[in-house]
Amino acid sequence: MSFYAVQFLTGLASASSLFLVASGLSIIFGVSRVVNFAHGSFYMLGAYIAYSLTLRLGGGAFGFWGAIGLAAVAVGLIGVLMEMALLRRLYRSPELFQLVATFGVVLVVQDLALATWGPDDLLGPRAPGLSGAVSILGHRVPEYDLALIVIGPVVLVILWLLLNRTRWGILVRAATQDPEMAGALGINQKWLLTGVFFLGSLLAGLGGALQLPREPANLLMDMGIIAEAFVVVVIGGMGSIGGAFLAAVVIGELQAFGILIFPEITLVLLFLVMAVVLVIRPWGLLGKPEAIIPKAAARDVGRPFRPLKAAWRWAGLGLLGLLVALPATAGDYALQVASEVLIFTLFAASLHFLMGIGGMISFGHAAYLGFGAYGSALAVHHLGAPMEAALIAAPLLAGMGGLVFGWFCVRLSGVYLAMLTLAFAQIAWSGVFQWYDFTGGDNGLIGIWPAPWAAGAAGYYYLTLMLTVAALWVLKRAVFSPFGFALRAGRDSRLRAEALGIDVRRVQWLAFALSGAAAGLAGGLYAFLKGSVFPTVMAIPVSVDGLVMVLLGGVHTVLGPLIGAVAFTGLKIGIAAETHFWRILLGGLILATVLAFPKGIAGFLKDKLMRPER
Amino acid sequence: MSPLLAIHDLSKAFGGVEAVRSVSFEVAAGEAVALIGPNGAGKTTCFNLIGGQLRPDAGGIEFRGRDIAGWPPHKVWRLGIGRTFQVAAIFPSMTVQENVQMAMVSHTGRALNLLTPLAGLEAEKADALLERVGLAAQARRACGLLAYGDLKRLELALALANDPALLLMDEPMAGVARGERAELMALIGRVVAEEGVSVLFTEHDMDVVFGHASRIVVLHRGEVVADGAPEAVRADARVREVYLGAEAGQGGQPC
Repeated sequence: MSFYAVQFLTGLASASSLFLVASGLSIIFGVSRVVNFAHGSFYMLGAYIAYSLTLRLGGGAFGFWGAIGLAAVAVGLIGVLMEMALLRRLYRSPELFQLVATFGVVLVVQDLALATWGPDDLLGPRAPGLSGAVSILGHRVPEYDLALIVIGPVVLVILWLLLNRTRWGILVRAATQDPEMAGALGINQKWLLTGVFFLGSLLAGLGGALQLPREPANLLMDMGIIAEAFVVVVIGGMGSIGGAFLAAVVIGELQAFGILIFPEITLVLLFLVMAVVLVIRPWGLLGKPEAIIPKAAARDVGRPFRPLKAAWRWAGLGLLGLLVALPATAGDYALQVASEVLIFTLFAASLHFLMGIGGMISFGHAAYLGFGAYGSALAVHHLGAPMEAALIAAPLLAGMGGLVFGWFCVRLSGVYLAMLTLAFAQIAWSGVFQWYDFTGGDNGLIGIWPAPWAAGAAGYYYLTLMLTVAALWVLKRAVFSPFGFALRAGRDSRLRAEALGIDVRRVQWLAFALSGAAAGLAGGLYAFLKGSVFPTVMAIPVSVDGLVMVLLGGVHTVLGPLIGAVAFTGLKIGIAAETHFWRILLGGLILATVLAFPKGIAGFLKDKLMRPER
Repeated sequence: MSPLLAIHDLSKAFGGVEAVRSVSFEVAAGEAVALIGPNGAGKTTCFNLIGGQLRPDAGGIEFRGRDIAGWPPHKVWRLGIGRTFQVAAIFPSMTVQENVQMAMVSHTGRALNLLTPLAGLEAEKADALLERVGLAAQARRACGLLAYGDLKRLELALALANDPALLLMDEPMAGVARGERAELMALIGRVVAEEGVSVLFTEHDMDVVFGHASRIVVLHRGEVVADGAPEAVRADARVREVYLGAEAGQGGQPC
């Protein structure tokens, strides 16, 4: 019995850091509607900066706590820098464009941290005066854990007072509830946003810095925490600080006890709880439900798709001709690169079908790429299936994955739906990562080679070209079919679509399956291209890569995402081949692109090249 | 003969607010019934309960003898209840014609078809319907470019796309310029008469209500306070009280 009480305390201690990070994310999202992927990077920077500062300031209590406080403020200022130099220029950009920008920041921070602090884990000092353990019910509990248990609620109270008892806090809450009205009442949104980013980033930095005595600073902290923080925010309810605390405690305890009962699947458990909560209470534990009948908001949903002009059709055929002729001039390496570009073009197109046509934003589309890749690899590895059969298994497994995940996701909408897709992708990832006997865990599955007739670079390139073009054709056909229109109808006006006999949920559900299957085919092709599969194929960065391709290309165009995919994949491979620090270059390029084209590349072209349609 | 639509003891509360309290009324085939009342009387809630956008807490909604209370909107529509909204709800990313084609394709149960391009489906029928609501010239335009009055016409076309037996119109004149109202209302009256559709509508413009309703149901604070022919409702003391306050005066435009 006493053992469980101690385990409970451990859970509370881990909840504190999680709460700090999540509350920061929640405050930032509430006011700015920015899904800040860089929030995890701020957490990581908090830990690294605190590490460096403790070395400078010495080991005393003053040095330790001073280092933590200074690190938090420093990270807060970095958040301000990001807001003022970057996001401030993007508030009028297409939906989610800021997300692309924050992901650019993630990449830049990763390489800067690598360059500054090196690849090794850095273990911080123990907290002076709190380095021992106290005996509780016969078990030893670290004193620092007890301090953390106190710090969490203290910060909760301070935040509550700040938001409810100060003028600034009231403005923040007003802007969270109704940004338009707040603006109409003369609230200076500009500095409010900057202030919110300072507070939110400071909380992330504080969370990271406080974690230092428990966990060494390392380069994987950013992606690890960001998924958990999303989960906490969503379970707790968007914009609810109390909800974030409650959810952090739930998650902390779940991990503390889950590790005793199901050590193999703690990660899965975490995301499973989120899925269950969202299906029962789609607006989170303490969040407020959205209006049942949404306002007929004038959202930008793009213009009608026009058939391509004859000249463009010929250009497309010409391009296809060039692609067919490519093996005559290109070497093996170039053909492999071309195959990979084709595969990611299909991946981007499948995501675009869900996002652009269906209006359902997926933060976890890599799951289906991964299902396809593992579907093929597992078929080869466990069943000894030939390549042809394995390539059929890929879209089948991914399509089924889409059916299962989609069934839950279509019950939600907007950011909640997006977060749930992320959660499912993480479930899939952790399942693959932890199920050693079946999937090989992080050792992956190797020896996934194509059939002899497609073994050469040119042969496999032709196979990829054929299947990719066929799948793209099917997707394009679907966009212009009644199904594609029904999907757009549900996105444009769910109210009207349902009042016209369209079962929007069912249409969206099938879209998940179709999109998943297309991504799965891409995954299968990817597995045979690389000859191996690792869990990274379904990790968050791959999902974000897809988002960047689609968003940079333009959500409300049919061809934009294809162009985005070619440009992004080509760049990524090109840069990675040239330098070890490819992340900072790629991130820098992303940032330069969003700043140069704040309306998206497609939006830019539309403004510059096309006259307004009459 | 049983009525087309029979509402009995319908109730719906939001939290502690009882938006609709034990409301009962009927719509017979061929009737044009107006549902009126001050803001917050529960008119739109009634519509959303009938249309399936909301689930009733209690009470029954019988359409052609079947209880449809709590049915989802897409099933309600399939039974033959068309609907227009207070703020015109259309698909802005499609052309005018594509909007109507979508509605017709859904009517014939082909909304999940993945193989045939929509462009070739129901195009002539859609154009014919657009012709009838006076939008033929706009058929190829993007909806985002239409004037608001034209959006209302498009919505009417969408609501008629499945040959409904009953049309629910939530404030058909809302947002329409005063000068355009007579023409739009005449259009609605003409199309409705041609189709033989029964209509249940709400409206704040009393000229429209008294000019077109064959019967009027008055709601106040979620309850029916009067139900009868226009002349009877006009003379009803309680209705005057609801609209004009206790010291019932003369004339005036309520809303």
